[in-house]
Amino acid sequence: MLQNSAHDTPGRRDVVSFRVAEQDFCIDIGVVREIRGWTPTTVLPHSQDYVKGVVNLRGSVVAVVDLSARLGFGPTEPSARHIIIIVMIGDQTIGLLADVVSDILTIDDTAMRQVPDIASEVARDFISKVVTFDDGRMLRKIDLARVLPELGVELA
Amino acid sequence: MSVRILAVDDSPTMRGLIGAALTPNGFEVHFAEDGIDGLERLAEADPDLVITDINMPRLDGFGVIEGVRKDPAFGSLPVLVLTTESGEDLKARARAAGATGWIVKPFDDQRLVAVINRVLGV
Amino acid sequence: MSGLDELRISFFQECEDLLDSLGDGLREISDGDLGHDMETVHSVFRAVHSIKGGAGAFGLDGLVTFAHLFETVLDQMRCGSMEPTDGVMRTLLRAGDMLSDLVGCARDGREADGDRVTQMLAELDALADGADEDDDTPFEFVPTILSVAPMDDPVSNAGPEASDGPGPDAGIVVYRIDFKPRGALYGTGNEPLALLKALAQLGDLEIQADIAGIVPLTGFDEAEPHLAWGLRLATDATMEEILSVFEFVADLAEIDVDRMPRSDTAHLGPDLDDGISALKAPAQGVSHIKTPEGPLPPGPAAPTAPAEMAAILVDAQGGAETSRAGPAVLALAEESTLGNDPGGQAPQNSRKAKPATETTLAAAPATIRVNLDRVDRLINLIGELVIMEAMLSQAVETAGLASNSDVSNGLDGIKQLASGIQESVMAIRAQPLKPVFQRMHRIIREAADATGKQVRLVTTGDATEVDKTVIERLVDPLTHMIRNSVDHGLEDTATRIAAGKPETGTITLSAAHRSGRVIIEVSDDGGGINREKVREIAEARGLIPPGASLSLSEIDNLLFTPGFSSKEQVSALSGRGIGLDVVRREIQALGGRVTIQSAAGEGTTFTIALPLTLAVLEGMLVEFGGEMMVLPLSAILETLRPSSATIHSIGRTGRVVANRGELIPIIDLAEAFGIARPGDDTERDVLLLVECEAGRRAALAVDIIHDQRQVVIKSLEENYGAIPGISAATILGDGRIALIVDPEEIIVSAAPELPTPPLAANE
Repeated sequence: MLQNSAHDTPGRRDVVSFRVAEQDFCIDIGVVREIRGWTPTTVLPHSQDYVKGVVNLRGSVVAVVDLSARLGFGPTEPSARHIIIIVMIGDQTIGLLADVVSDILTIDDTAMRQVPDIASEVARDFISKVVTFDDGRMLRKIDLARVLPELGVELA
Repeated sequence: MSVRILAVDDSPTMRGLIGAALTPNGFEVHFAEDGIDGLERLAEADPDLVITDINMPRLDGFGVIEGVRKDPAFGSLPVLVLTTESGEDLKARARAAGATGWIVKPFDDQRLVAVINRVLGV
Repeated sequence: MSGLDELRISFFQECEDLLDSLGDGLREISDGDLGHDMETVHSVFRAVHSIKGGAGAFGLDGLVTFAHLFETVLDQMRCGSMEPTDGVMRTLLRAGDMLSDLVGCARDGREADGDRVTQMLAELDALADGADEDDDTPFEFVPTILSVAPMDDPVSNAGPEASDGPGPDAGIVVYRIDFKPRGALYGTGNEPLALLKALAQLGDLEIQADIAGIVPLTGFDEAEPHLAWGLRLATDATMEEILSVFEFVADLAEIDVDRMPRSDTAHLGPDLDDGISALKAPAQGVSHIKTPEGPLPPGPAAPTAPAEMAAILVDAQGGAETSRAGPAVLALAEESTLGNDPGGQAPQNSRKAKPATETTLAAAPATIRVNLDRVDRLINLIGELVIMEAMLSQAVETAGLASNSDVSNGLDGIKQLASGIQESVMAIRAQPLKPVFQRMHRIIREAADATGKQVRLVTTGDATEVDKTVIERLVDPLTHMIRNSVDHGLEDTATRIAAGKPETGTITLSAAHRSGRVIIEVSDDGGGINREKVREIAEARGLIPPGASLSLSEIDNLLFTPGFSSKEQVSALSGRGIGLDVVRREIQALGGRVTIQSAAGEGTTFTIALPLTLAVLEGMLVEFGGEMMVLPLSAILETLRPSSATIHSIGRTGRVVANRGELIPIIDLAEAFGIARPGDDTERDVLLLVECEAGRRAALAVDIIHDQRQVVIKSLEENYGAIPGISAATILGDGRIALIVDPEEIIVSAAPELPTPPLAANE
């Protein structure tokens, strides 16, 4: 597991960075439960197009969100090279489909910047902060709560 | 050897209260859930004293006392009747059945211990 | 004091059981059931009595007061001085409800409704007044709050000494005590030696045994006293404390306690050891009590046994008691025991008689209370086991092992064991519906009071077992349905009389297992659904277009439509802003269905069909559009192949299949779930004929039927949310997830014009 880092040191946090549609994104390591290879999902009828379906995570049914579709880059054609990042938000466990995990980084809070105003971009809704590096790379921090499928289907 | 008590009461609460009163005072308490159960557990528990409720299903406290008195091995065992009724007629019935004495619920644990010690001469 | 807290929790748990048996018993008595006998009255009495006992221990005075009066009334019934008339029973039933409320208040630390309690107490008092008046003293039962003192608390280890210790000499008084046990004392487990030891703990005790009463064996009379003690006790204890030592033997001995003049206290102590030895060897003891001042006058406070009590003792004891004689007379009594004591034979008889007694008394099976989490963990593990087993089977199959190979045989064995374990574990969670049904009696009583109608509730099948979660979540919908039945189902008394019906309306609550489901019915013998009025209301609320053509059952189903019930028909009772639509949703959330049948003038029946368990389902694995899904077997009537069935097209897309003279609409599952299917090869269809609770049928078209299997139900809502037409998911042998189809929703959503709750889609 990826839990042993210093992600709770004040002012600094560990993030998992990954690539989706040729761009770098990251999420706090604290919410990541595990990272696994792509396995075929079971399609959910009437679901949003960015919900790839559900997979069996040791007996639990976990929905997989296609980050590429969610962020507006278009649907992923998943292959064995793709990965699913299992995250836990509140009581809910969910899988995030990404291209590849690139790194685990420690980032200083002061390096986090506001997202520049690029009004029409879909992805902007899901990005809370950005971090730029000396080599010119940019990490986009994903706002997980917004990425989640809109549940709200209240039959019960 | 600690003093062994067999407490016969159909109420789990009351059994718990008896246990809570006696166990910290060094008694070894065995429990039975009604009169029949109580008589059946006599041999196994081999108590120094029996405390029994009166109102119980299957076999009431009077039956327990009579059963104890008729048992060749336990005939002279002290049996205290634990009941919420303090009426003289109940005491008389308990006595007629062979009760050693009675404790009126709700008891306080010190009094319970004192009465047991007195009856056993400890 | 966590020990005490635990006891408190266990007390309230016990109260629930006691209140249940109280309710049961009272109803049995008031129904005049043949089964009701004195034992029922006793058990009712015991229940209230035990609640009172526990409440006293926890200092719940309000509860004690109420229970005491309640118990007093029940005691009168118990000893036959009060008849269980209708009026009496009504009061007692309501007193039972009140007791239940008071227990609830005590548990939650809420204030009870003082006025209602006072009123109920007055009613009970009125009942109690029928009996003797001297019971007017509230009760001689003074609650003492129990404290569980830790071991090292000096107070708890303190003997019965006086607490305020006076100086060594200041309060020392010498008492002369004459203690002459009667024969009966030895039959009660009281031990003179123990009493003497207890006295010795109060101060310095000088003991002299008086064996003058011991007579030669020939003249031995067991009823006579044989041994007496003359005692001197120097103590700072009070007379009361001394007498309290003899508390239990006051009626079994002659006891005189007298305070001696100070001058006689001088020579105390030195003889003490002799006294003890005298006690141990009574035959060598002193013959006469030394009475320095002649006969002692009886002490003013000396307890003397009530004459009649002594008489009872002697009668009841018969000859049996001497065999229990104390050590001093044991040797002498022995021969007498063997010779003529009938009690000598009694023990053997009583031992042998025991098993016979047992068989006549129905022994309740032993139970344990287990934390539900533990059971759930076990159930989850079993679920995993079943899945692993399925995976293993598949692997064995893929490996191409012969079906009679050792591996396959072993796997079969594991399969059987796993299903056995699964059943047993499910049985742990299964609980009888009885507690829920019992609660409905109260609901009925309150509903009857609120509406002024006369209602009785008949319950059957309350032993039917259902998953615990289902039981808990059934209470609310059932409560609402029962209220609804009393309020809207039953006519008022005048109407009933006019219709030639009995004044008292009957509501029947029944449960039974039927084809893998639990069926619960709530029916009333009222006037049936007023369909004209229902239609009117539905039209007025815009739920149906005016003049819509609806079948009778479609009209009945309007009752379940959200928005049907409204403020206008809110009554004191079933109003509260909840409609039957909420009931239906609650039942659906449990994987169940509610349906309604009604016959004009005869009544209305609501039927709830629930899955037996929320964890496992017997299903049919089907495939369509490349997706595997599971259909609950309980919904499938039969499977049809196109070759054996005639399919007709109606309109552009509608298709029906003719089956046994009935035209049944076909629902293409791939289409219903929006799954693209290559081509339109209808000939490949397999049709599954399903029926929903309302009796509507449909033929579900799939591509392939695989097999029938037991599947472990996995929640979708936990991590995702509800999906229309899907009830849950399961995990197949290859580890993939298959969705479980909800045929009811599929049928309903395929005919949206019908007045059933619309599917909440993802839009």
